[in-house]
Amino acid sequence: MKRKVIASLLALALILAALAGCAGKTTPTASSSDLNAAEKTGRAAANELVVGIAQDFDSLDPDHMTAAGTKEVLFNVFEGLVKPTSAGDIVPAVASAVEKSADGLSYVFTLREGVKFHNGNAVTMDDVVYSIERRRNGEDAAAKLAPLDIISGLEPSADGKTLTVTLSEPSNEFLAYIMNAYILPADYADQETAPVGTGPYKFVSRAVQDNLVLERFADYWGQGGSLDKVTFKILESAEGLVLGLQSGALDLVAHLTTTQTKQLNAADFKVEQGSMNLVQALYLNNAVAPFDDVRVRQALCYAISKQQIIDLAFDGYGIPLGTSMFPSFGKYYDESLTDYYTYDTDRAKELLTEAGYPDGFDMTITVPSNYQPHVDTAEAIKMQLETVGINVTILPVEWGAWLEDVYGGRQFESTITGLTSDNMTARKLLERFGSQQSNNFTNYNNADYDAILAKAVSAADDAEQTELYRQLEKNLTENAANVYIQDMADLVAVRTGVEGLTFYPLYVLDVSLLRWA
Amino acid sequence: MKYTAKRIGMLLITMVLVSLLTFVAFSLVSGDPAQTKLGVEATPEALAALRHEWGLDRPLIVRYISWLGGFFTGDLGVSYRYGSPVWSLVAPKLGLTLLMCLMSFLLIVVISIPLGVWSHRWVGGAFDWVHTAFNQLCMAVPPFFTGILLSYAFGILLRVFVPGESIDLGAHLARSLRHLFFAAVCVAIPRIAMTVRMMRATVVGEMNKAYVRTAISRGNDRHGVLWGHVLKNSLVATVTFLGQTMAEIIGGSIVVEQVFGVPGLGSFLVSSINTRDYPVVQTIVVILAFWVVLAGTLADLIDRAIDPRLRLGGTK
Repeated sequence: MKRKVIASLLALALILAALAGCAGKTTPTASSSDLNAAEKTGRAAANELVVGIAQDFDSLDPDHMTAAGTKEVLFNVFEGLVKPTSAGDIVPAVASAVEKSADGLSYVFTLREGVKFHNGNAVTMDDVVYSIERRRNGEDAAAKLAPLDIISGLEPSADGKTLTVTLSEPSNEFLAYIMNAYILPADYADQETAPVGTGPYKFVSRAVQDNLVLERFADYWGQGGSLDKVTFKILESAEGLVLGLQSGALDLVAHLTTTQTKQLNAADFKVEQGSMNLVQALYLNNAVAPFDDVRVRQALCYAISKQQIIDLAFDGYGIPLGTSMFPSFGKYYDESLTDYYTYDTDRAKELLTEAGYPDGFDMTITVPSNYQPHVDTAEAIKMQLETVGINVTILPVEWGAWLEDVYGGRQFESTITGLTSDNMTARKLLERFGSQQSNNFTNYNNADYDAILAKAVSAADDAEQTELYRQLEKNLTENAANVYIQDMADLVAVRTGVEGLTFYPLYVLDVSLLRWA
Repeated sequence: MKYTAKRIGMLLITMVLVSLLTFVAFSLVSGDPAQTKLGVEATPEALAALRHEWGLDRPLIVRYISWLGGFFTGDLGVSYRYGSPVWSLVAPKLGLTLLMCLMSFLLIVVISIPLGVWSHRWVGGAFDWVHTAFNQLCMAVPPFFTGILLSYAFGILLRVFVPGESIDLGAHLARSLRHLFFAAVCVAIPRIAMTVRMMRATVVGEMNKAYVRTAISRGNDRHGVLWGHVLKNSLVATVTFLGQTMAEIIGGSIVVEQVFGVPGLGSFLVSSINTRDYPVVQTIVVILAFWVVLAGTLADLIDRAIDPRLRLGGTK
């Protein structure tokens, strides 16, 4: 018996020794704060920062990137003639000045002097024309930016200092679109693997599925960044990101959930709250029964409490929305629409009865399964709709399948997603509900809407255009095109000692403003 | 010799079949690589142009034959997502995953064989209960959860490695190896538990056989019989089992790689499926098939070397 006990103990010791064997210089238990301090001082001294991101880049060529997560990072590497500010304005960048003609049909850009590419070459007018043409002419179909079709002529001056862009019709949004024509070296073929731009940070290296390293561009024309080196580390699991923050491997991670931020030590991290600048909604296929009936759609709006969803699934973080617009778009945003439908299950039942569904009906919500917030929202909606007799089946699908079947193929009843505007125009958020639009995946079909939209897009006067956009928003709300829910909160964990985190009305992380205190 | 040729033939046939199945399967599921690449705002013209560029507008059978032709001439194609040759993307990841799986396999062999043989002595004792319960626990806990526990305990509390840090064998070897080691432990734990249980059952079964009784009655000590005869007779089953383990480790590594942030084959496969990067998916699936068949073949060859009965055409 005694031998048995000894043998058992030895066996246990063997397991433990094997598990801990490799430990090497194991130090006695340290609190996570000590650890963080050690990692932090190392990087603060080297003036470096490591940012954790949840997915790899879809392309390093700025004219080919489509993923929001890629634009967010490459914002630091590329610039157009003009660029956005955190306040939502558009300011000159590679151009030093922009002049708009009185009739709104031509813009004169003055090329800024002394702007250099990351490869050391000076930016010339040839590069500028090449860069705009690349996004306009469609020779490279993936790079084509359709709104630039309104450009009817590009004329560089003889001295190569100014560029006159002529438009076929006036457009208040032209600068917002030309902003995304990033200035690249003419005929440079390796953009995809060794990108070269003019931004405050330059590309150093990339390891597929692992990381991307940027370095401060010393010859930047403007203020430039403070950090010498910024590494974006890809960790695809939510737990991996939290562990990376806790271990000291990462200094900053954006787009966290409250479940994730709660695991962080308050002494090591500050959690800053911005908004994601997207319209999260239960998008309805307006072409299929019963959602082709406005009363059914309105009933859904009455039966769903936005605030309850935000409280239940998002710990209270999030801004409730009532239409396809969010607050950071300032003048375009009509707050009064948020409470157009107050939570009222009796009213919902009345409307359902009128529409011929006194006992409710069965419906399916298709959700992209890789976006947990949307899945959680679907669960909350399922619960709420049960009280009015609507039976919800949640169908999680993979992102690739969602894109093809739901977004592209319009084969769905309802879905939850977040729509964004990557160029700071209200148009992007509203145009898609025009009945003839190729990206109108909800099949919203309203003659009034189409008429106002046509006027809004070509309106030359800004005030008039704003008013028309607000009318569009109202139209969407009144006709309950979709059940608008919220602009989701963007929770960003920032290591103590890192300053300068700035939120934009765009999905970008401006690392040039970040610094160690 | 004839045997070896037969096994190699089998290997090739399996790989071709698996690649064909993958090809057909991905043509059936929804998800368009061009739409995934160009995103929600893509115009129909751009989508069509890209599909044409990638040859996706050709019939399935033509695409497959062209892929197969490339495969046999060493051309695995170009990744849709990264625009670089598939092999240049997969090779470094393959190395990392192989290293991790090798560490994991060594752990399994070194720990579970002695422990399995030893554990037969506990049968019926009080410790047997504890051992069985612990064993069950190790098998039941998903590697994903074990990964978080290990990262927290050894990464954050004990600071043996830094979870979330990039693994770079060239720049800091020791650090990276420690990181990989814990990922390997995480993959190994459930398989160790299974192997121990299997070893224990086999040894207990062998110990009850007549030859053991005879050997002991002829004056051999129990210990000598166990390590001299029983172990050898148990090895065939064990090696076959370890062959399966070798094949399954790589499956287990997929989840573990994501938790530990190891940029290996498993996490690359998952993300390539999500982005519909078929050339990459196809290559990784074929590598995995090769791995599985190879593990089985190796186990078979070793078994034949250990047990002459197998070489003579007998049964196990």
